[in-house]
Amino acid sequence: MTVTLFIPCFVDALFPQAGISMVQILERLGHKIVCPEAIACCGQPAFNSGYWDESRVVAVKVLEQLRDAETVVIGSGSCGAMLKNFYPGLFADTPHEKLAKAVSERTWEFSEFLVDKLGVTDLGARFPHKVTFHDGCHGLRELHIKKPPRALLSHVQGLELLEMTEAETCCGFGGTFAAKFPMISAAMGEVKCASAIETGAEYIVSNDSSCLMQIQGLLSRQGNALKTIHLAEVLNQE
Amino acid sequence: MSTFASQFLQDAGRATDNSDQRRFIRTALGNYEIARDRHKGSFQDWQGARQLAAGIKWEAVNHLDKYLEQFVLKLESRGTKVHWASTGLQARETILQIVRKKKAHSIIKSKAMTSEEIHLNDALEKEGLQVVESDLGEFIVQLRHETPYHIVFPCMHLRRGEISALFQRELGSAPTNDPEELTMIARRVLRKKYITADVGITGANFAIADAGMVSITENEGNARLTAALPKTLITLIGIEKILPRLEDLALFLPMLATMGAGQQLTCYNTLYAGPRQPGESDGPEEWHVVLLDNHRTQLLADTEQRDALHCIRCGACLNVCPIFRNVGGHAYGTTYSGPIGSVITPHLRGLQDWKHLSNASSLCGACTETCPVKIDLHHHLLQNRRNAAQEKPAFLERFAYQIFSLLVTKPALWSLAKKMGRAMQPLHKIIQGTPLDPAKSWTQSRELPRLAPESFKDWWRKRR
Ligand code: SF4
Repeated sequence: MTVTLFIPCFVDALFPQAGISMVQILERLGHKIVCPEAIACCGQPAFNSGYWDESRVVAVKVLEQLRDAETVVIGSGSCGAMLKNFYPGLFADTPHEKLAKAVSERTWEFSEFLVDKLGVTDLGARFPHKVTFHDGCHGLRELHIKKPPRALLSHVQGLELLEMTEAETCCGFGGTFAAKFPMISAAMGEVKCASAIETGAEYIVSNDSSCLMQIQGLLSRQGNALKTIHLAEVLNQE
Repeated sequence: MSTFASQFLQDAGRATDNSDQRRFIRTALGNYEIARDRHKGSFQDWQGARQLAAGIKWEAVNHLDKYLEQFVLKLESRGTKVHWASTGLQARETILQIVRKKKAHSIIKSKAMTSEEIHLNDALEKEGLQVVESDLGEFIVQLRHETPYHIVFPCMHLRRGEISALFQRELGSAPTNDPEELTMIARRVLRKKYITADVGITGANFAIADAGMVSITENEGNARLTAALPKTLITLIGIEKILPRLEDLALFLPMLATMGAGQQLTCYNTLYAGPRQPGESDGPEEWHVVLLDNHRTQLLADTEQRDALHCIRCGACLNVCPIFRNVGGHAYGTTYSGPIGSVITPHLRGLQDWKHLSNASSLCGACTETCPVKIDLHHHLLQNRRNAAQEKPAFLERFAYQIFSLLVTKPALWSLAKKMGRAMQPLHKIIQGTPLDPAKSWTQSRELPRLAPESFKDWWRKRR
């Protein structure tokens, strides 16, 4: 099928490898990939700060680009939640309401798309490392994605998944929250990092690059060797 | 920034710096979680129970007029005096009038967050009355001249040694680390108060409409003594505490116990139906029930957030909240802390002054996931943010989002921004940490990620 890939702004600018991996994986599975040039962001930063008009300026653009998309796949639970859960409310009582709902229904988070929609769990990947998985809050509680990433990881050769006790605890990123309340954000992140370190894993894997940015930022500052990596990159290793 | 907001930043900063205290709170709440989950397991269908509870509270809140009327009629028919208070001031005045009329000197009080909300103790003390909190936790924070740290566990921030030191200082007791002995010290003081107090004051967990009864849940038996011994009893109830039917308690009592303290059922659950009736051997001679609005009807009028009135004050959302866990209850500076506090405080005390609490959240949704009556907590935080920005946008912030919106909707501009960012990146190292650093709030505790030499879009374009 033709898959329209939504690449969030921070993946585009900071973590392109996650996006590239998604393209390569989906192409290997025989799908045609489209990446609309005009989409750079879902509008979540402004939305979360309460500036819904400014958010709509971005989101309208997204909706128009996705109008004819058959299936939309997003490699971020957070942006996925924005499109799926928040667009309909953001556009309530506006001319775009219907389109927002339609796009919402066609949108999938990457791991959910592979497992629940395509029924694929084994991508033939090999990653001989100990990893622990971080459940990004939006993916977990807005989109209810818990099993798909683990199903995918369980088929990666050589990979050992060590669950951390605080897997479901927020990493403290929260978009602009991390900048507005840095001390709380960092304190939350420390809890996450400590829990991950305790497992003895070499990598923290997540389906959300924004969480990984926060976690990696803290780990590097602490001088810890534990690394972060996006799920798609793990699944793309041979 | 409101003064409350800058106070919050200061207090939150101090709290997060105290890693010992944070670890202590996290351990305590971790133990709570284990107990809570064990008892959640005794519900056959926990999600079904939540749905049912939410439905019952929906019914109560959306027909509040009808159920309150029913409740009051029943109460009055057995001789209880019911008072309505629109504001905190009115509630305080009503209570003061009652105690004045009784020529009371001393008052014994059991735990009531509504009384914290209207600063009742201060008002009573200004009147020259002696007020003693009978709940052990409340008694301790009262001795420390503090507000409760948590709506269910008022002194959870204190360690045994601190309590012992406090008792030595304030009550002249001998040092001890034994929890039972500490309880006994407080009990010896309190026993006298129950007997000598002229008036008792309690809160309520539920007001049962069809039965005209008040349900109070507690673990120490102190509320029972507070209600039973003084001749006059005053009960202060928020109007949202209504449950339609007595049988609803069969769901709500175990639910409150499980989510509140991780118990199957709280030790003492008492129903109060009225003052002492002819032929009865105990109970107060006079019972006054004060029904408190204090902006609750305003929240009721807000169709988007009305469900916040479903709250049964179990405190479960505080317990799981990573913000609460790290900054603690006092940093909030409000009566109701944690997620529910961040949702309702702007309604109770003004949006512009208190919007910072709604912003101080990563919107992780742990609160919404746990709330037994399914209040849409974290989405309400988003709505508060929207309402605050709509009502009074911050000029610079809005401008920044306007620029950002422009950047990400014009591919050429976005591409230029990335190029410029890459060019500036080496310069950032020089100014990092200085007042010139635009990313200072990030870099003070974290490394900044590096912009990729080739963005995804560059790669994609080249490939095609
Ligand atoms: S909002 Fe829900 S979880 Fe929080 S105190 Fe109220 S009932 Fe309990």
